[in-house]
Amino acid sequence: MLTFDQVSKRYPSGKEALSGVSFNMEAGEFAFLTGHSGAGKSTLMKLIIAMERPTNGQILFNGENVNRISNSRVAYLRRQVGVVFQNHQLLFDRNVYANVALPLEIGGHRPSEIRGRVRAALSKVGLADRENHFPITLSGGEQQRVGIARAVVNRPPLLLADEPTGNLDPELSKDIMDLFLQFNQVGVTVVIATHDISLVERIGNRRIDLNQGRLRDSKWPI
Amino acid sequence: MANLTASGASLSRQGLSDRLAAWGRHHRFVFKDALLRLFDTPLAAITTWMVVAIALALPIILYLLLNYAGTLRQDWDGSPRISLYLDRDVAEDVAGNMTSRIAARADISSATLITKQQALLDFERHSGFGDILNSLPDNPLPALIEITPLSTAGGDIQLLLASLQQEELVEEVVYDAEWMLRLFTMLELAERLTLSIGIVLAVGVLLIIGNTIRLTIENRRSEIEVVKLVGGTDSFVRRPFLYLGFWLGLGGAVGAWLVVQTSIGYLSGPIERLAQSYRNDFALQFLGIEETALVLLGGSLLGVLASVFSVGRHLSRIQPK
Ligand SMILES: Nc1ncnc2c1ncn2[C@@H]1O[C@H](COP(=O)(O)OP(=O)(O)O)[C@@H](O)[C@H]1O
Ligand SMILES: [Mg+2]
Repeated sequence: MLTFDQVSKRYPSGKEALSGVSFNMEAGEFAFLTGHSGAGKSTLMKLIIAMERPTNGQILFNGENVNRISNSRVAYLRRQVGVVFQNHQLLFDRNVYANVALPLEIGGHRPSEIRGRVRAALSKVGLADRENHFPITLSGGEQQRVGIARAVVNRPPLLLADEPTGNLDPELSKDIMDLFLQFNQVGVTVVIATHDISLVERIGNRRIDLNQGRLRDSKWPI
Repeated sequence: MANLTASGASLSRQGLSDRLAAWGRHHRFVFKDALLRLFDTPLAAITTWMVVAIALALPIILYLLLNYAGTLRQDWDGSPRISLYLDRDVAEDVAGNMTSRIAARADISSATLITKQQALLDFERHSGFGDILNSLPDNPLPALIEITPLSTAGGDIQLLLASLQQEELVEEVVYDAEWMLRLFTMLELAERLTLSIGIVLAVGVLLIIGNTIRLTIENRRSEIEVVKLVGGTDSFVRRPFLYLGFWLGLGGAVGAWLVVQTSIGYLSGPIERLAQSYRNDFALQFLGIEETALVLLGGSLLGVLASVFSVGRHLSRIQPK
């Protein structure tokens, strides 16, 4: 469902964040994207949802060529990819409920349906009692979970998470990882960027390892 | 779990009617939301509305005044006339003969005698000062012959005027075209001036509303970024700002309407008196339903147009990082 073919990304600053990266992911797979800080994990994820465009190579998502996608198609591409951002990307002037409801409003769902799905997503991440709170009143971990609820509320076939456990204690980390595994069990393809190697080794799924923007090895399983 | 992420259900495939319903829902929501948001910063909203109101009201008032002046022109049938005032003591039959003789000239289209008696009646009818004249022992008004020349070309008129001047028994030759033409030229000038002022102010309205929208876009930058990140289309992102432009334009137009109606109330007294003195029954009318609709529609359209320009310039620059 997702193919990188000799993808390179050079930022305007001249920094080559990715060099000749190739891999393929089947629908329903669960993979970790690992590598040191600055290895290019976030860049790789941004390329998938066309936040950045590759300098070279091809990215195919569900048969669609992401490098050549028109600006007007980008929105529809992003609706099929749930993303948990490293910096959360929450709206601080809207409460938790409104933040999670946003993708559904954009998708034009009926209000009754939105209500049901938002409540389900929030209870999934354990924030059912916080829907009227504003993000600023939540801890970093809670904000992270609001971001997760928003990423899955639209039932996207592909879920990307950029360092989703970075702010969480080990207990919560485990809960969150279990959550991603559950999503994966119902068919969602999941890619999780992390530098938490112990976590990766404990779960033991496929690992896409970046080093200085190059693919080191792609172990399946480790 | 299954109710949260049904496997394989990517974008829920919506039918056309569902999509239309969603589209209508979002329009209705944004329509209200854009207005409510304006009231979050009432001072800024009212300031914009007032500036727009004044910029719209000024050309409308100028236009109405010109319209009034235009009715003066309609009263005049358009062909220049020469009035030949006769000596006071010319007998009526002599004047009659003279009129026929002049009417027969090749360079004249028509000549009509207005006797002293008729002149007095006309004066009484139009001026309302008849009593004063009646109190005089004699009719002080001279007889006159009104002449419509065949040609109004400058040279021809000059020749005709000179030859009429030579006529005996003529006290004075008055050619009324000159000041009329001068007045009309001035009216035309005023019309063009009003049009240019109108255009300049309309551009001003576009800039004012466009600037307010630019600031709003700037204030909502992070929201725009996030909406784009989670799959908001350009038209979804644009919509709130188009409605904002609509509300700014409509509010300004409502303000302009108030200013215009108030000004008409204030000006109508003097204007009516002025009109009467020109034997004209024109009165400045308040804006009716159609004109009101036109003002409101025009204001809203300007607002939406300003928004289209501003959004086109500023929205595409905002990309999530
Ligand atoms: N917008 C940008 N402009 C220039 N350089 C960037 C930009 N974003 C990331 N980089 C650089 O690209 C490299 C990869 O960054 P990133 O993808 O964020 O790595 P990771 O997420 O693995 O820490 C880093 O050296 C980073 O400094
Ligand atoms: Mg990163």
